[in-house]
Amino acid sequence: MRIEVRDVSKAFGGVQAVRHCTLTVEPGTVTGLIGPNGAGKSTLFDIVAGFTRPDAGRVLLDGRDVTDLPPHRRFHLGLVRTFQIPRVFARMTVEENLRLVPPRQPGEKLFVSWLAWPRVVRREREIAARAAEVLELLGLLHLRDELAGHLSGGQKKLLEFGRVLMSPCRTVLLDEPGAGVNRTLLGRLAALIERLAREEGYTFCVVEHDMDLVARLCDPVIVMAEGTVLARGSFDEVRRDRRVLEAYLGGTLGAEAEP
Amino acid sequence: MELVGLASFLVFFLTLAGIYALVTLGLNVQWGFAGQFDIGIAGFWAVGAYTTAILTTPPSPFHLGGFGMPFTVGAAAATLLAALVALAVGRICVDLRTDYLAIATIGIGEILRLVLKNEEWLTNGVRGIAGIPRPFADLGRTGQALAFLALVLAAIATVHALLERARRAPWGRVQRAIRDDETAVLAVGRDVRRFRLESFVLGAAVMGFAGAVHAHFVGFISPEAFDPLYTTFLVWVMLVVGGSGNNLGAILGAFAVWAIWSLAQFVTAWLPLEWAARAGALRVLLVGVLLQAVLLWRPQGLLPERPPPPVVRDERESR
Repeated sequence: MRIEVRDVSKAFGGVQAVRHCTLTVEPGTVTGLIGPNGAGKSTLFDIVAGFTRPDAGRVLLDGRDVTDLPPHRRFHLGLVRTFQIPRVFARMTVEENLRLVPPRQPGEKLFVSWLAWPRVVRREREIAARAAEVLELLGLLHLRDELAGHLSGGQKKLLEFGRVLMSPCRTVLLDEPGAGVNRTLLGRLAALIERLAREEGYTFCVVEHDMDLVARLCDPVIVMAEGTVLARGSFDEVRRDRRVLEAYLGGTLGAEAEP
Repeated sequence: MELVGLASFLVFFLTLAGIYALVTLGLNVQWGFAGQFDIGIAGFWAVGAYTTAILTTPPSPFHLGGFGMPFTVGAAAATLLAALVALAVGRICVDLRTDYLAIATIGIGEILRLVLKNEEWLTNGVRGIAGIPRPFADLGRTGQALAFLALVLAAIATVHALLERARRAPWGRVQRAIRDDETAVLAVGRDVRRFRLESFVLGAAVMGFAGAVHAHFVGFISPEAFDPLYTTFLVWVMLVVGGSGNNLGAILGAFAVWAIWSLAQFVTAWLPLEWAARAGALRVLLVGVLLQAVLLWRPQGLLPERPPPPVVRDERESR
């Protein structure tokens, strides 16, 4: 699905988090979104997913204006996101965290669960099979009955990715998928993302600070600074861009000069 | 003779504890499943009690009706009206986060109580409604008491079965997920507002039903009976002691706390005269201390919540 952000601005109090930002994520790509801290990447994610309402500008999914659509409705258009700090359901088991996700569950209606239990069981059987598959893929099968709150940071990140795989959504916003995940697993995760994009037509937009991962996965890469797009191109192109270097270095130097 | 007295006290005790167990099950839907901090229990309880009182008493010049309808109609209408009141209230304030919801529901509970106290044409005000018919009256004194107890126990079993099914179903899974992290539930496409409203209404409906059973048990209700201390506060203690989120825990907590509450009555009866006047306050103090002890040493309650067993299981082994 094509994500278009048109002239979006958002301020929190006196902080202009996003200013006149315009960008497009083309369908079928793994688009990287990088930039120094405070560049507005996460705010932009929140705006695209519908968790934050922009002060100005529009968001379009495949040409449809979704700016006024609440986040749960955007999910049903095929858009799903993960969170920078993983949000798992701590007092539910790892497997329940996954089973929750698939839509069209008849058992989510009270009267169906009271009066038509076999329908609930039938759908749950499909969901259980898929959940076991995803758990195996992520190496979490042995933890299926553990409470999600007991997982390590990296495992929670994986569980969040598992929720993406449980959803029917093909457009995915990943907020730092690599943070806290060990190298071996990260390699597998990257391979999985590549495969999904290439073979199954997924679209990814990835915020990531791990430049090795960005270099491996993302094309194109969009660089944000001070709330707006600074550069766009292949990883090698943006890496050599003088403005990009200045944004990263300038920010760092500026911060150091402060005290 | 002693034994007969003891037995009839036991029946009385179990019936009243059972009514509390029903209310606690209702609160468990709102707080235990969904994490809604409802402090307006007294309000829904009273709506249920008054609804059935007005519908089932014989015609009276002192309040609306009565309409002389059977107990079953009264109880059904009480459940429905409590649900409708919760729906109206919920549409306004179910979006509020825990502490704000608590404030809003305290207010609404008190408003309902004041309406019952002041709208004399409707409820006979502070003088209350008497003569609420007791079901099974034709069975004689003992038979009636036993039959009513059986009715209460059957109601507990039915409500427990319905709520346990709801908890185990995907509906309950979404509720527990909302309790843990609302934002993440939105991210996977669930209309959090709808689910919150449903659990709020379901819990209130159970409270309203319990209120109706209570009214038919005591036969007389007045606004005094719905003092938050004896309703909202005690029910909260019951759920916390029994185990929030656990339906059996809610029932156990109700019986355990009601046992302590009732026994305290006997203990305070032996107190020297100058203390006897303070017996009521001592009872509350005792329950307060109990609550503190549970929160310190067993914060999850007597029966801690456990995730329900999966509806079906894919028996794949980890390699």
